[in-house]
Amino acid sequence: MTNTKESPQTHFRSRLDIPNGQVDLSHGGGGRAMAQLIEDLFRHHLDNPLLRQGNDQALFGPVRGRLVMSTDGHVISPLFFHGGNIGSLAVHGTINDVAMAGARPLYLAAGFILEEGLPLADLERIVIAMAEASRAAGVPIVTGDTKVVERGKADGCFITTTGVGEVPEGIHISGELAAPGDAVLVSGSLGDHGIAILSRRENLGFGTDLQSDSAALHGLVADMIAAVPDIHCLRDPTRGGMAATLNELAAQSGVGMLIREAAIPLKPEVRGACELLGLDPLHIANEGKLIAICPAERAATLLAAMRAHPLGQESAIIGEVTQDPQRLIELETPFGGRRLLDWLSGEQLPRIC
Amino acid sequence: MKFVDEYRDSALARDLARAILAEARPDRDYRLMEFCGGHTHAIFRYGVQDLMPENLRFVHGPGCPVCVLPMARIDQAIAMASQHGVTLCTYGDLMRVPASERQSLLKAKAAGADIRMVYSTQDALAIARAATQQQPAQQVVFFAIGFETTTPPTAVALKTARAEGLRNFSVFCNHVLTPPALRAILSDSADEVARIDGILGPSHVSTIIGSAAYEFVARDHGLPLVIAGFEPLDVMQSALMLVRQINQGRRDLQNQYSRAVSPEGNTKAQALMRDTLVPRERFEWRGLGWLPESALKIADAYADWDAEQRFPVAVTPGREHEGCECPKVLRGLMEPTDCKLFGRVCSPENPLGACMVSSEGACAAYWLHGRSRIPQRTASASAT
Repeated sequence: MTNTKESPQTHFRSRLDIPNGQVDLSHGGGGRAMAQLIEDLFRHHLDNPLLRQGNDQALFGPVRGRLVMSTDGHVISPLFFHGGNIGSLAVHGTINDVAMAGARPLYLAAGFILEEGLPLADLERIVIAMAEASRAAGVPIVTGDTKVVERGKADGCFITTTGVGEVPEGIHISGELAAPGDAVLVSGSLGDHGIAILSRRENLGFGTDLQSDSAALHGLVADMIAAVPDIHCLRDPTRGGMAATLNELAAQSGVGMLIREAAIPLKPEVRGACELLGLDPLHIANEGKLIAICPAERAATLLAAMRAHPLGQESAIIGEVTQDPQRLIELETPFGGRRLLDWLSGEQLPRIC
Repeated sequence: MKFVDEYRDSALARDLARAILAEARPDRDYRLMEFCGGHTHAIFRYGVQDLMPENLRFVHGPGCPVCVLPMARIDQAIAMASQHGVTLCTYGDLMRVPASERQSLLKAKAAGADIRMVYSTQDALAIARAATQQQPAQQVVFFAIGFETTTPPTAVALKTARAEGLRNFSVFCNHVLTPPALRAILSDSADEVARIDGILGPSHVSTIIGSAAYEFVARDHGLPLVIAGFEPLDVMQSALMLVRQINQGRRDLQNQYSRAVSPEGNTKAQALMRDTLVPRERFEWRGLGWLPESALKIADAYADWDAEQRFPVAVTPGREHEGCECPKVLRGLMEPTDCKLFGRVCSPENPLGACMVSSEGACAAYWLHGRSRIPQRTASASAT
C-alpha cells in the first residue's frame, strides 16, 4: 500500500468493481490499477491522519517510554472463520505481541501479498475487518505495502503486520523473569481459535458454532499492570498452544513448572472436538488469551484484576513455577498422576484410531 | 462431557487404585501387556502407572498400526508417488514415519511429490472426483493403513469407487489383523519371549471383529485377556479384572468394554471387508517379521482399484537403523528407555524408529509424558 494523497475521484473515471472483480497482476504492477486498489479499498477503509500523509513511510512524534516493536506474518486457511478473518487476526496478533511487553501499542504497518484471482469482495471484507479491529483497539494502521503474486503462489492472501508500542516507566516484563514459586495464570479457555479454524476446513466434517477468541489484549494487560506492576512474564499462547508457550518461558527463565490440569479452562466444544480428532487442546492455537507469571503473593490480586476485564472473566491460576534444571513442564492429571507437557513435535496430526 | 467424563472421574480412579492395591499380592509381580497404542496413550496421558502398586507393570505391545508398518511399504508408497506421479493421500500419522535413505512422506512431499494428508477415505474419494473434472489424467492413490478398526471405511471406499466408475482412484492396501500378531507374540519361538501375565485386549478393533476372536489366547496360550476400553478408567478396571484372574489362577476371556463390544462384533462391517478384501498369504510386520494371513489385500473383483497392481514399483527391503530396538519394544521384550538411541539421537524431533514417531508408539509416550522420571542420560538429551 504505497500511499497517495489525492482522492480516488481525482484519478479514476470509474470505481473499482469490488463486487465482481478479482485481484490480477496489474494490481501489484505499480500502475494505475494498483493506485486505484489502494485508493478505493485500502485507504478508503483504513483512513487516518498518518496514512493520509501519503508517503512511503509514516512520520510520527517522539514517545514517552521505551519502544517495543514486533512483526508477525499471517498465513491461514481458511481466510474467513467464525469470530474473524485473516484481517482482524493480523491486527489482533501484532497488538498482542506488542502488549505482552506490558506496552501500549501505538501504530501498525501492514504488508499484503495477494494471489492473482482473489475476489476483490473478499479482500474488502478482510480490509474492513482490519479497519474495525484497529479502530476498536485504538491502534491505527499508518503505512503498508501491497504485492500481487501469480495464481498458485499464495493461499489467497498473506498479511504481515508490524507494530510499535511504548512501555510505561517502571514496567519490566520478559520471558526470562519467571522464578521458582511464582504463580502461573491463564486469561481464559484454551483452544477456541484453533478448533474454530479446524471446523471450517472443508475436509473435516464436524460442525460447531465455536467462535475464534481473536481479540486485542492490550486493554486487559493495562488493567493487569495497573493492579500488579511487578508481573514477571506475559505471553500469548498462539501457535503451539499453551504447551509451547510454557516450554518457551521455562527455557528462557531456566525453571520448570507444575500445572494442574483440572484448573485449565476448556470449553466443552473444544474438548469434544479434540476427543474426536485425537488432538491435545493444550497444543491448539489461541489468538485472544494470555499466560501470566507473577510472584505468588500477588496472584490473587492479579486474578481479580483479570476477571474484572471482559476478556479475562474465565481467568484461572493454573500452577506454579518450580526449580528444575531440566526445565520441564509437568502436568498433574486429574487422577493425581503426573505427565510431561512437551513441545509439539512437528505439526499436530490426528491419530489413526 | 457426556460419555467421556464418566470414564475419567478422579474419585472413581482412586477407588479403583485402592481396589487394585488391595488385591495385588505383595509376593508376586504382575506384568500386563496393553496391546493397543490407545491404551499406552491413556496410561501416560493420565498418569495411570502412578496409581498402580509397585509390583504391577504395564508392558507395551505391538498395537499401533504405524509402528508395525515395515519401512519397505513406506518406500513403496514414495516410489508410487515419485515414479508414477500419482497423488498419494494418507492419514497424518504416516507423514513423518522414517523411510529408507532418511526419507519420509513429508520429505518426499517437500521434494515435489504430490502427497496429501487426509482425514478419511471420503476425502481421498473427493480429491479423485475433483481430479476427474480438472485433471482427468491424474491418478489418486489412498494409502490405507490400520487394524480392523479402519478397514471398513477402506472397503466402503472401494465399493464407492466401483459404483461410481471412478477410474482414477485406487487403494494401496496395508491393513493388518490383530489376532495373528497376538498369536505371534505369544508363540514366539525365538529365545526371547516376553514374560506376560495377562493382556489388555484391543477395544476399537474388537468392536469390529468381536471379543470371541481372542478366545485362542486363553485356550492356546493359557493367559487371561480382558477386552479393555481406551478411557483411563477402562484401563484401570481391566487391570483389576486381570489381577483378580491371575490371583485366582483363571485364564478367561473377559469383556470390560461391553458397552461397545459384543462377542460376534459388527457383522455388517465384517461382510463389507469380506466382499472387498481377502487375506494375504503373508505380510511383513515391523518387529514381528513375516506372519502368515496377517494382513489384507484387495479382492480380485476390485483389482482395477488396487494401486499395487496399477502402479507396480520395485520392492526392496527397507533399511532400518542398525541400533533401533523398536522390534524388541513392540514385542514387550525391552522398555524404550533401554534402547541406546532413546533420547540420544532418537526423539520425536528426529525419530529413527516408528515407535518414536507415532503418537501411539511406546517410545513417543515415554519421551513425551514420562521422561522426567527416567535417568538423566535420556532426559538431558533433549538439549542435544
